[in-house]
Amino acid sequence: MRRRIEFSLNDQPTSVEAEETTSLLDVLRGELGVFGARFGCGAGQCGACAVLVDSKVVAACEREIGTLEHRSVLTVEGLGTPERPHHLQTAFLELQAGQCGYCLSGILIGAKALLDANPDPSRAEIAKALSWHLCRCGVHNRVMDAVTLAAGRMRRGEVA
Amino acid sequence: MIPPMLAANPRLDSWVRFEPDGRARIAFGRMEYGQGVGTSLAQMAADELDVAFARLLIVPAATVDVPDEGLTVGSMSTEMSGPAIRTACAEVRALFTTAAAGRLGCPTSDLDVRDGTFLRSGRPTGLDYWSLAGEVDLARNATGEAPLKTPEQMQIIGESQPRLDLPPKLFGAAFLHDIVLPGMRHARVLRQPGPAARLASLDEDAVRRAAPDVDILIDHAFVALICDTEVDAARAFNAAEKTARWEDARALDPILAEPVTLKTLPHETFEAGAPPPEASNRRRITATYGKPFLSHGSMGPSAGIAQYQDGQLTIWTHNQGVYPMRALAARITGLDVSVIEVIHAQGPGCYGHNGADDPPIDAALIAIRRPGRPIRVQWRREDEFGWAPVGTAMLMELSAEVDASGRLVDYTAEIWNTAHTGARGTAVAESALRGYQPPPGAPQRLMPDGSRFSGGLLNIIPSYDIDTTRTVEHVIFPPPVRTSSLRSLGGAPNTFAGESFIDELAEASGVDPLAYRLAMLKEPRGRAVLETLAQMCGWAKRGASGTGQGLGLGYDRHRNRAGFVACAAEVEVNIDVRLVKLWCVADAGLIINPDGAKNQIEGGMIMAASWALKEQVKFGGPGIASTTWDEYPILRFDEVPPVEIVLLNTRDPRPHGIGELSQGSVMAAISNAVAHALGVRIRELPMTRDKIAAALLAN
Repeated sequence: MRRRIEFSLNDQPTSVEAEETTSLLDVLRGELGVFGARFGCGAGQCGACAVLVDSKVVAACEREIGTLEHRSVLTVEGLGTPERPHHLQTAFLELQAGQCGYCLSGILIGAKALLDANPDPSRAEIAKALSWHLCRCGVHNRVMDAVTLAAGRMRRGEVA
Repeated sequence: MIPPMLAANPRLDSWVRFEPDGRARIAFGRMEYGQGVGTSLAQMAADELDVAFARLLIVPAATVDVPDEGLTVGSMSTEMSGPAIRTACAEVRALFTTAAAGRLGCPTSDLDVRDGTFLRSGRPTGLDYWSLAGEVDLARNATGEAPLKTPEQMQIIGESQPRLDLPPKLFGAAFLHDIVLPGMRHARVLRQPGPAARLASLDEDAVRRAAPDVDILIDHAFVALICDTEVDAARAFNAAEKTARWEDARALDPILAEPVTLKTLPHETFEAGAPPPEASNRRRITATYGKPFLSHGSMGPSAGIAQYQDGQLTIWTHNQGVYPMRALAARITGLDVSVIEVIHAQGPGCYGHNGADDPPIDAALIAIRRPGRPIRVQWRREDEFGWAPVGTAMLMELSAEVDASGRLVDYTAEIWNTAHTGARGTAVAESALRGYQPPPGAPQRLMPDGSRFSGGLLNIIPSYDIDTTRTVEHVIFPPPVRTSSLRSLGGAPNTFAGESFIDELAEASGVDPLAYRLAMLKEPRGRAVLETLAQMCGWAKRGASGTGQGLGLGYDRHRNRAGFVACAAEVEVNIDVRLVKLWCVADAGLIINPDGAKNQIEGGMIMAASWALKEQVKFGGPGIASTTWDEYPILRFDEVPPVEIVLLNTRDPRPHGIGELSQGSVMAAISNAVAHALGVRIRELPMTRDKIAAALLAN
């Protein structure tokens, strides 16, 4: 059924009219022009479209927009901006943790969820938390190092 | 001598211009897809011009106003494009220095350039590139006479530089997939189940019920569903897929995905090298290795946009070369290249010829039948896995003679593969068009010297001093599925096989694998990477075999002519192979961007480790059956080991490619480490738990 759905997107009140069964990813990319969440598989198998819904990591390609009424969605655009980057984005840039970058939006979201729940994760905990996310360029070690670097700065309360 | 890419694009202003805003415009025909080529080429330009890195304006590639450098492939950009851009920039610097000297009435030797401004005996002159731009005509052909900087004079080359392409990728911007053009429509193409399949019927009413605004395009076997939104295009596609009936659909036998079946398929044979001299006291040892078909596995399914308006076709692509795309589009559409413009935008990493050429061609075929609005085609994950070209399977029968001392004196490699660059210059949509004729045989590719090029021959002979060698290559045609370039072509698979076999020869001769290699390697740069690697990985403390813990190494010289590399792997083998640690030592000569080079080398190692342990394309139905990440698993975060990399000889004057450098030796290192851990050898990839169990049972 087509109806109006109101939710919060990156802390902004947002309203769309859509079929309830349309995926959040299609709404973000097709209706709202918010492109940070990537289309990777459409089946929740790769993590490229990861977003936070009320602080939980979900695959935007599988989550129906009809379930998001009054909920809060965070995409990589809401994490930080080039002018005001999140600690994770700063650390990823500093360690050059990326190649093609197609997986990074999802990985940054996954890493944020991890650090929200566990501010001082071990390498094994980072690897486990990110194991849903696929990366084909092979930047896994740099990503894990960058998450560790960001976590340390956040624990110490440094300014990003 | 003028570098070949500069000779092909000799006008200096096609490479370098000075913009009124105080920037230097640099153009090159190499495509950025996260490998960092744009940054390292910019470093070379900045260094030769003596302009601050931040002052460069790097223009995106397009068929207008940018040099034609063909395809961005084979780890060749630094080697091929680098000399061109450096030579052009050095010449521009020299021309401007002459002009400045003329104005100042001084010899050019008094002048120096600092961030684009001219200094005379160290003091400002008030002149710079921009103030002199009106006097120096760059609309002239390069002579190649200006000297390049020596490694000692370089200031920006050789210093780690953050990649120019990375920042947007961390803030949600960057890709072709995100481009929205005014009036753009979205289309999906219903693929034929096999190249000979013909559409018998389609329930168009059902498709319209699913997406009322759909425009159904049927031309022979080419079927496209065009809608205003991607969601509607997907609905129309799903309805069309359910109701389409095809004639002559293909059923591909799953057994054809196994490397051993390559021997049963029609092929052409190419032999090189002489039979070994007759001699007594020799022992012949043989082994057969196999590597399956592999997917590029790009993270993002390919996309493309095309618009046909007033007789002009414009294509947006993230493929490996805008000029080759223009030629492909011209051939398939019948339009002249003069009315086709191709614009590059970034896409997901491709690692060779993945699906990137296809959606733009799908879009172009639709656009010329529906002129006016831009048409965007976004492939699904199933399309990328199912219809993009894959890397060919290979079967390698290796045979060696060792003398009484165990020394390797004769080496024969006989391999079966499809053409590694077979699908280059083709699109999957072609077979759906009226009048399509399949190619009569595998395409022949030539080296610059006119000799036959085959990806299967890369590193087919291990990189040692061997008295006599011989190669026999069987090229299967037609291939069971589209095969084309995958990072390293046959290079990494051949090194996996050859360097595993070298370990077998060492073992048969009772010699330590490292010592066995060093005994037949005079090249000092090769010895240096192996000896440094041995120190790093603690080779001297390597234990007995068969304990479940393994340490192995591999070595090669990239394409037997470029960089030198050695890798080691430490593994634990229980039910599965667990990678404990990987090491790499590389000598690729002059390194432009050390951090970028390490990133590339490590990425190549992780990808190759994934090939070695997990990956195999499966066949079934009309073609490829492994069309999801569940069916085509790759190495994950919790399976990736720490990696240590050392670069040697980085100020050597000559640079070599690094993008595919590390892949063969790391596969061999893992193979040798697994054999060391198990006490038995697995000769066919991937080394899954089934293969481990089978190898242990067979023992």
